[in-house]
Formats: sequence, C-alpha cells, structure tokens
Amino acid sequence: MNAQAAKPPKFPEICQTGYAGLVVRFGDQLNEAGNRASLAFAAEVIAAGLAGVLEVSTALQSVLLRYDPLLVSPEALRADLAAALTQRDWYAASLPQGRTVWEVPACFGGAYGPEFEQACSLASVSQAEAVAELCANPLRVQAIGFAPSQPYLGELPPNWDFPRQATLNPQVPKGALVAAIRQIVLFSVPSPTGWLHIGQTGLSLFDPARDHPFMLRAGDEIALRPVSEAEFETSCAAAPYGGAVRRALP
Amino acid sequence: MTATFLVHQAGPAVTVQDLGWHGYVAQGVSRGGAIDMLAMAEGAALLGQSPNFAALEMAGFGGVFSATRNCVIALTGAEMRADLDGRALAWNATHAVPAGAKLKIGPVMRGIYGYLHISGGFEPPLILQGRGTHLAAGLRAAIREGAELPFGASSATRAGLSLDVAERSAGGFIRILPTLQSDMFGADLLAAFQNTIFTRDPRSNRMGVRLAAPDAPNFAPEAARNILSDIVMEGDIQITGDGTPYVLMAESQTTGGYPRIAQVLPCDLPRLAQLSSGAEVMFQMISHGEAVEIERAAQAARAQLGAMCKPVLRDPREAGDLLAMQLISGVTAGEDEG
Repeated sequence: MNAQAAKPPKFPEICQTGYAGLVVRFGDQLNEAGNRASLAFAAEVIAAGLAGVLEVSTALQSVLLRYDPLLVSPEALRADLAAALTQRDWYAASLPQGRTVWEVPACFGGAYGPEFEQACSLASVSQAEAVAELCANPLRVQAIGFAPSQPYLGELPPNWDFPRQATLNPQVPKGALVAAIRQIVLFSVPSPTGWLHIGQTGLSLFDPARDHPFMLRAGDEIALRPVSEAEFETSCAAAPYGGAVRRALP
Repeated sequence: MTATFLVHQAGPAVTVQDLGWHGYVAQGVSRGGAIDMLAMAEGAALLGQSPNFAALEMAGFGGVFSATRNCVIALTGAEMRADLDGRALAWNATHAVPAGAKLKIGPVMRGIYGYLHISGGFEPPLILQGRGTHLAAGLRAAIREGAELPFGASSATRAGLSLDVAERSAGGFIRILPTLQSDMFGADLLAAFQNTIFTRDPRSNRMGVRLAAPDAPNFAPEAARNILSDIVMEGDIQITGDGTPYVLMAESQTTGGYPRIAQVLPCDLPRLAQLSSGAEVMFQMISHGEAVEIERAAQAARAQLGAMCKPVLRDPREAGDLLAMQLISGVTAGEDEG
C-alpha cells in the first residue's frame, strides 16, 4: 500500500479536548492506514512513559492521552507528541503482533435481529445478500470502546454507509450485532444504541471472573458464521464463548 | 475475625464505591467509582483515612444497617434523614456506631447521592484490583437486603467531628471547556447552549445526567449522525440525535459517535451529580488556562479538608450519649463555632 497516498491532508493533528485530554488524530474518516497509525503511535507513547500522562487509549483514527495539567503543561506535552510524530511514517506501520481471529456463530434477522430488514433496505441488498456480504471476510477490530472489550468491526462494503438513527433503541442484549456507517458493533453488555440491531451472537466479550477478562484487543479479527435460529438456540446461545473458535493469526 | 456490616434493608440504588478504575479505558472500561468524588474526599478527611477506602453510595434512599464490631462512620454527599437507634444523626459528620446498633438512613432531603463511609473502609472482593461498582460494565451489582459487607480493621477514634460543606445541589453556573467537536456546533449553537437554563431530567443515572430545558433549541448540529466514533471523557456533554444534552458521568461509555458540545470542569462535576430536582444550572465556557488555576485551587482546598474538621457542638440533652461516644483524638481543629 502507498502509505503517503493513505495519509489524509491536514493530518496528523494534535488537539486539546476538555480539561485533561490531548488527542492525536490520524484522520476523520475510516481509513486502514490511519487505524494502524493510531495503534502503533499509542504503543510508542505508552513505551515512552511521558511524565504527567495518566492513561493512553485509541479510537478508530485517534490516540487519547489523559494527562494531569497540574503536573505537565499541555504545551510541553504537545511538543513531545509533535516530536514523536516526526520519528517515522506512522501511516506505514504494521498491525500489532500476536493477533487472533475468532470464528463467531451469528444469527441474523427475525427475533434475533429485529432491524435487519431495515438495514438491508438501507444497504440496498436482500437479506441473503446481506448475510453473504457480512460473512464473506473476517472483520477487523478497528477499536475497542463504548463498553468493556466491545469492538468496532469493519470495514463493511460502501453500501453499508448509512447513518445512526436519530432516536435511541432503548436496549439491545449482550452479544447483539448492530450496524451503521460501514461498521458493526458487537455489544458486550445490554445497552441503548442508535445503531440498527441486525443479529445476535452468544459471546460474553468481558467477564471479570475469567483469567483473561477481556476477549478482544484492537487489531484482532472476527469471522461471522451465519447460523439458523434453531442452531443458535441449541449450540451457541449457552455455549462457552457462544460457540466461537479462536485461532492465532500468522 | 472479620467485621461485617449487615444490610437489613437497602434502597434501590445503593452501591459500594471507591475512586474507580483507572487505566482500563483502552479496554472499554470507564472510571466507574463514586459519582461525587468530593464526597469521597470529605469522608476520608472526616475519618482520617485514604479517599480510596470504599464507601456506600446511596442514590435517593439509604437503608437499615448494623455492624458486628464497633466502628466509626462518616456521612457525606447529599443530606439524608439518618438515625442510630432512634437518635437523629447529623450529616457531614462522624458518629460512633456500637456493634449491633441499628442505623437507619432514609430519604434524601436535598441532592441525589449520599455516602456512608466506615472506619477501615468496606472490603468486598477485589474486581480488576478495584472495590467499586460499575453497573453499566457489569462490575459488581447494587447492594441488596441481606448483604454482608466486610470492612477493614481500624483504630479510628474520630467520632464527633464535623465538616462545614458548601451546598452543592442548588445549581448555578457550571464551567465548561471546548472539546474536539465544539467547533462543529458553530457560534450560534454554542451561544444558545450557554444562554439556556437547564434542570436535571429524572432519567439521569450514573452514566449521565440528562439535561432538560423545555423551550431550548435542538442542539444537534447538522450532519452529526455520520461522524466517526471517537474517545469520550467523563464530563463531556454529549448531544444525542434528537438534540438532548447528556453530561457523561462516572459510568459513561468510553467512545461514542454523538458530538460533544463541551466538557464540564472536573471540580464542577459533583455539583451536576448532586443537582436537586428543579434546581437550575447554566453553562459558562472558560479557557484552559483559567481551568488549570481553578483546578489547582480545588486541589488545594481538598488537601485542607482534614484540617477543617472540628468537634460537633453537643446538645446537652444528649449528654448521656457522650458516654457512648469516643471523644476526639489527634484533631488539630480549633474551637466550636458560634
């Protein structure tokens, strides 16, 4: 991939947000290179152990540093970040090492995906075509966020670029698959959402009682495998990890 | 033998809280922990212990409790009706609770979240190294009738202290700073937002305070429903698709796609958390430089809380109770007021 071509104009940029946040943004649209740049730059900032930085996290195209302005000035921190940005071409960074892919049984439509029909209509495909499109390739965990170990998965084909709904769906269950703006989110806890509820998995992405409470990290992949309502109910809904199978990525 | 705090009856939203989890945002876990961090500092100052010692957070209503060992408690945050074996207890004060005595904490009188701190701190099993509760993330649940909460050993003898606390449930000006997305709203919406008087919508909880203003314009900017989800911080004021502002609190999501019009200054968050029904707030944008100075002063004030604690004026009619009270030791505060 031509990394220079993947770098959007005006980016990267460093912005103050609120009282204690500095955000390094690598883009404002979904972009594979900007996503990899965010993951690699966050790892670099964590390794650097900058004074006054309390916590580092990533979103789809950005890195957030939560810092204590009483310990370090935003100007000093900004200068450190600007210097780190010039160290290399972050947009050419490779994905993190040690990634995994989970094959996850998923039931689309019907009672388990009450808004699947509406989503198919917005994406201009039949339900069968939609299942084929969503399951054709593994989906990348582009970011973890909103709730514990909850992934933003993508990128979906361009016809899935419909907006969030104006009104909140009061609650979707744990394991729900919801879609909007060329992404799928797989919910780790029951939650309200403005995205369309298209299907269901039996996954518990987060369980503090497990040895590894958080199932996913950014860069991992999820391959959805379509199953019928009957198969979902008998072999996925109550199975450990919802019947999902884990493999290491080369 | 472990000392236990017995829960004979509990309101619907009583949780064990510490200062919350830090360092898990990358994994999708926001802070959780006490929604009113100042109340935690006040309880710690009164009992002379760490602010991270866990306390009970009681939204709207407390419960009926007793302890299996003598202990000292501090009551902070929103003032609630409280009595010990029928004798009324003052708020923002410490009290000796003999083993077996019945402690009743009733409805809130103003504000939202009352806190019950105990000498030694509550010690439920650690979850991700924390003793707090994050209901949205499924980290521990609300306390139910019949619960038995272990609490730590302590030699605290600080019963009979009180702290003068400024009222923080009555509203007023709340200071805000720009976020990454403030510019998206444009000057007109930002001005309208600061010219609107808001109250607390009852559909508020530990995730967010929903703001109500009947005649307010729709604050949602054009084309905001297509923006990329980005990182959310505590205090961010999110504008949902229908234009409603939510101030995101201790259990907020860690990322989100609704634009944030501004962020509330950390030291003003307790005033939003405790905003009484019907109390009015307005928002006022300040610069980051001003915010740093305000936070520095707030930090200094928190550091002075311990020195501000002073002995409670005793009502002579309660003289009998003096025998049950362990009088103050190791306190530097001056004379009784008044």
